[in-house]
Amino acid sequence: MNANAPIRNTQAESDLIDRYDAAKSALAGSVAVSALRDNALGQIKDKGLPHRRVEEYKYSDLRAFMKSAAPLATAADSSAVKGVLEASETFGDLARFKIVVANGSFVAELSDIDALAAEGVTVSNLTDALSSDEGAQLLKSPKTGPNDGLVALNTAFVQGGVVVAVKDGAEVSKPLELVQLATATGAQVVRNKITVGKGAKLRVLESFSGDTGAGEINTVFDYDVADNATVAATRLIVGKTDAARLLTTIATLGADAEFKSLGFIAGPQFVRNQQFINFTGENSEAKIYGVSMAGGSDLADQTLIVDHAVPHCNSREFFKTVLDGEARGVYQGRINVAPHAQKTDGEMMTQALLLSETAEMANKPELEIFADDVLCAHGATSGQIDEDLLFYLRARGIPEDEAKTLLVLAFLSEAIEEYGEDDVTEGLEQRVRDWLAGH
Amino acid sequence: MPAVQETIDQVKAIDVDQYKYGFVTDIESEKGAKGLSEETIRFLSAKKDEPEWMTEWRLDALRRFQQMEEPDWARVSYPKIDFDELYYWAAPKSVEGPKSLDEVDPELLETYEKLGIPLREQEILAGVAPENRVAVDAVFDSVSVVTTFKEELKKAGVIFCSISEAMREYPDLVKKYIGSVVPVTDNYYATLNSAVFSDGSFVYIPEGVRCPMELSTYFRINEQNTGQFERTLIIADKGSYVSYLEGCTAPQRDENQLHAAVVELVALDDAEIKYSTVQNWFPGDKDGKGGIYNFVTKRGDCRGKNSKISWTQVETGSAITWKYPSCILRGDNSRGEFYSIAVSNGHQQIDSGTKMIHLGKNTSSRVISKGISAGKSENTYRGLISAHRKASNARNFTQCDSLLIGQECGAHTVPYIESKNATAQFEHEATTSKISDDQMFYCLQRGMNEEEAVALIVNGFVKDVIQQLPMEFAVEAQKLISISLEGSVG
Amino acid sequence: MLEIKNLHARIAEDETEILRGIDLTVNAGEVHAIMGPNGSGKSTLSYILAGKDDYEVTEGEILFNGENMLDMEPDERAAAGMFLAFQYPIEIPGVATMEFLKTAMNAQRKARGEDTLSIPDFMKRVKEAAAHLNVSMDMLKRPLNVGFSGGEKKRAEILQMSLLEPKLCVLDETDSGLDIDALRIVSEGVNKLRGPDRAMVVITHYQRLLDHIVPDVVHVLSKGKIVKTGDKDLALELEKNGYADIINAAA
Repeated sequence: MNANAPIRNTQAESDLIDRYDAAKSALAGSVAVSALRDNALGQIKDKGLPHRRVEEYKYSDLRAFMKSAAPLATAADSSAVKGVLEASETFGDLARFKIVVANGSFVAELSDIDALAAEGVTVSNLTDALSSDEGAQLLKSPKTGPNDGLVALNTAFVQGGVVVAVKDGAEVSKPLELVQLATATGAQVVRNKITVGKGAKLRVLESFSGDTGAGEINTVFDYDVADNATVAATRLIVGKTDAARLLTTIATLGADAEFKSLGFIAGPQFVRNQQFINFTGENSEAKIYGVSMAGGSDLADQTLIVDHAVPHCNSREFFKTVLDGEARGVYQGRINVAPHAQKTDGEMMTQALLLSETAEMANKPELEIFADDVLCAHGATSGQIDEDLLFYLRARGIPEDEAKTLLVLAFLSEAIEEYGEDDVTEGLEQRVRDWLAGH
Repeated sequence: MPAVQETIDQVKAIDVDQYKYGFVTDIESEKGAKGLSEETIRFLSAKKDEPEWMTEWRLDALRRFQQMEEPDWARVSYPKIDFDELYYWAAPKSVEGPKSLDEVDPELLETYEKLGIPLREQEILAGVAPENRVAVDAVFDSVSVVTTFKEELKKAGVIFCSISEAMREYPDLVKKYIGSVVPVTDNYYATLNSAVFSDGSFVYIPEGVRCPMELSTYFRINEQNTGQFERTLIIADKGSYVSYLEGCTAPQRDENQLHAAVVELVALDDAEIKYSTVQNWFPGDKDGKGGIYNFVTKRGDCRGKNSKISWTQVETGSAITWKYPSCILRGDNSRGEFYSIAVSNGHQQIDSGTKMIHLGKNTSSRVISKGISAGKSENTYRGLISAHRKASNARNFTQCDSLLIGQECGAHTVPYIESKNATAQFEHEATTSKISDDQMFYCLQRGMNEEEAVALIVNGFVKDVIQQLPMEFAVEAQKLISISLEGSVG
Repeated sequence: MLEIKNLHARIAEDETEILRGIDLTVNAGEVHAIMGPNGSGKSTLSYILAGKDDYEVTEGEILFNGENMLDMEPDERAAAGMFLAFQYPIEIPGVATMEFLKTAMNAQRKARGEDTLSIPDFMKRVKEAAAHLNVSMDMLKRPLNVGFSGGEKKRAEILQMSLLEPKLCVLDETDSGLDIDALRIVSEGVNKLRGPDRAMVVITHYQRLLDHIVPDVVHVLSKGKIVKTGDKDLALELEKNGYADIINAAA
């Protein structure tokens, strides 16, 4: 196995190459952006989709999973978008602003642009930005880890998305939901750039609604969190679908900043939720949480790299996974501490509960440390429901199913409660119950 | 390797720059032709008077090796090894096949004495209680020069000899087990070893026998430009027990030398093997020049039910260490253990850990790893814990702690924890920290200087593992660790 | 034995001033108590005496038997006879208490140019001292302070003190976390060490310790300065009326 030998493209890879040829002229962007797209596609051509021989995809072989690639979704009809939006049940009746991206493109008329403007938040179309002089800069993130395959795929095909800017000191009064929805089947490739100014506060909800058929969703959320700013991002990856859900967060933190996120997975057959957290200023904190539920032959992958490049930053990672059927859960987390990033405090925990004999969990919590005055720790556990606890509950008259549900809820809620954001996570308990009852 | 006072004193004197085992024994030796080829292997095999099947086995390994690529996943870096520039056979001229002690070159005996390894049985017997005796197989470059206490062991039915001798005397046993734990094509270096292995130890403990003394092999690389490729095979038959110790040193040379060993352990029903290593190959000088490349495949197969294999290692030497003593927990109720202390200083690179493969029911494993990085070194723990589909009630506990001393070193933890069985319970904990300022201040307030304080705290840090070593080894290991870290504070 | 002259000190990291001109002279054979409300600088003083580098002396000097103590490293101070009984004794995992004692005793002996102790001699000393403090062999075998109760930790501190035979003992809040029985044992241990050649500085928040270890002189520390000095009755007065009156009177 020579790593440099050219690969033989799979059906999906050939489809992607065809898709690119067909869509290229319609894809937005300056000359420089087109060059980046070509280059990114070249990476897919040469190396293929991410596969198990690539260390970061050891447990999540997208190349083997994707049998074919659907064409990109085409522009949505406004009334259809409205229909899907009204039918979607993402965060219940929580008061919130909405920004809508449908079939891969920003839908300004259904987004709360004026209300957000009043809060100090400007929202613009990514495609405009891509065509401008700064377009290439938007796609050139050096912070995603070395040549990540998903981000390359995103760069090649990105259809649209939004550029959100929160001005310095603005404390946005309600959560902002980035609604990504489908009115027709087809792949959606979206990139959102969210810049949060100095001292600003923003809570983001990231949701995905509608049926994309066989089309994958590949979305990158690129957060720039300035000094003293605070961001909480709650991501909901739910609903049954056979198509891949490929989601990436890139967060770059200034000094005294705080970024926290919760990635909630329940339903799709193949989810890769990856996050790259980069500290560039001192005294900042990142708190990353994950809750994965997978049944049937689902794969739920939570992958995370926290890069402590500067001193005096803290990070906390806490992930919970519940598996049933023949599902596979993956947690890969790495804390990097660069030389001189002294006084780093990093703490990572991943716990898995296997409900069936045939489920599989792979945990890979890594530490990569080049500074001596640090305190880093990680823990990993996996096992089944505690039989003693189960018996205790049943002895108190609680039927087995309900007892199991209670124990699973208790297990998952540790992470959800530590994340906080109670108003946002209120509906998650019901989602857990529904998942347990219905998968 | 019993830690006689002499050894302790010698070890005491070492620091990073003064590796006291760095002397060269001036002895007339015979080398095979340079380079890796079919001729080299035929020469080697003929030298050892091996049966035809063994020669073929080696040639098959060579052909496979030539198709393989050097692995690059470990966190170590070194210039490409030119296998055609190495010698694969070097032996003191005076040695031909196993000898009685009287026939061994006095120069060799002196070498081992200098290393603190007494080979004269009568000397060992004087003043040592019988239960503390250790039988030694001394391997010098490519050959075993002597094995002590052979006769006495034989009375208990224990076979302890060089693997070359075993191939001649016990071909059926060798044929049955060699390559059965580490297959010929297991990995790059194991395949190389299969082609060119020179000597090593062979142990067979018959059914129901508790080996009457500790067994030990002491490896010494002396010759220049020579790789050492030893192969050790230990078989513990049903209900038997053996404790085996391994030690190694090499002269101080400017060029790097390759050591690619394979160790295979087989534990049948109710058998137990305890394998301890103190690895102290030359680590290179303070500028990172020279030192041994230690690319070793060690694996134990808990083949029988209720069997147990326990690895304990203290790694202080070598320029590069690439080593993952593992257990395949095949038998129901079998147990694997891995206790490790890895100390890196200077420019050393260590990538080490273990694999615990749970296959049988009710298998359990325990991993305690303590890494200490100082100087400009890199120290990586890499481990795999896996429970397969049928490994119901598998249990693992892993504790992996790293200590950093100084700002130019790295400490990394790369655990893979894979569970394919719901009833498997895995627990993994890891920490990375430095010696706390509070602990240091407390010790200083009680009158210790900085080096004494560091030595004390580090010894506390590694205590859990030291306790697993046989007593004499433990004392030696503790000294060795302090010495390896000398000059790392201040 | 100990002379502190106009000592000013601050926290090295953020330059917060803690001590603002302390003058204190302790002669051999004397026991001085330093009392004061939380945050008055009591513990800081003890750490500065022991040489913790978290603090910076900005003015003044400390003489220990005529020698400039501020020029000495913490281990040199210890070898010269300075002992601090920590308010929060530090845990050292994996290091048996016995092993720690031996290392510390021999390190100090080596520093003073004395021979190291033979094992039997060492054992004899430890066993004797341990018996007085109700410290069991089992406790001596356990890692230093790891999993020790509050009382065990303090007894272990006093055990170290008696074995290291210091000239100056500084006891930082030794009574904190002790029940009445433990307080009695610890105090008896301390009293046994009182002698004409030894000086003690007992730092405490409460008077109750001073019922057991009766001081010759009592100082009240407030905002980094000694605001009042008296005999043992001063402690009783404080117990009755609280710190406020004295501090206000001083201000």
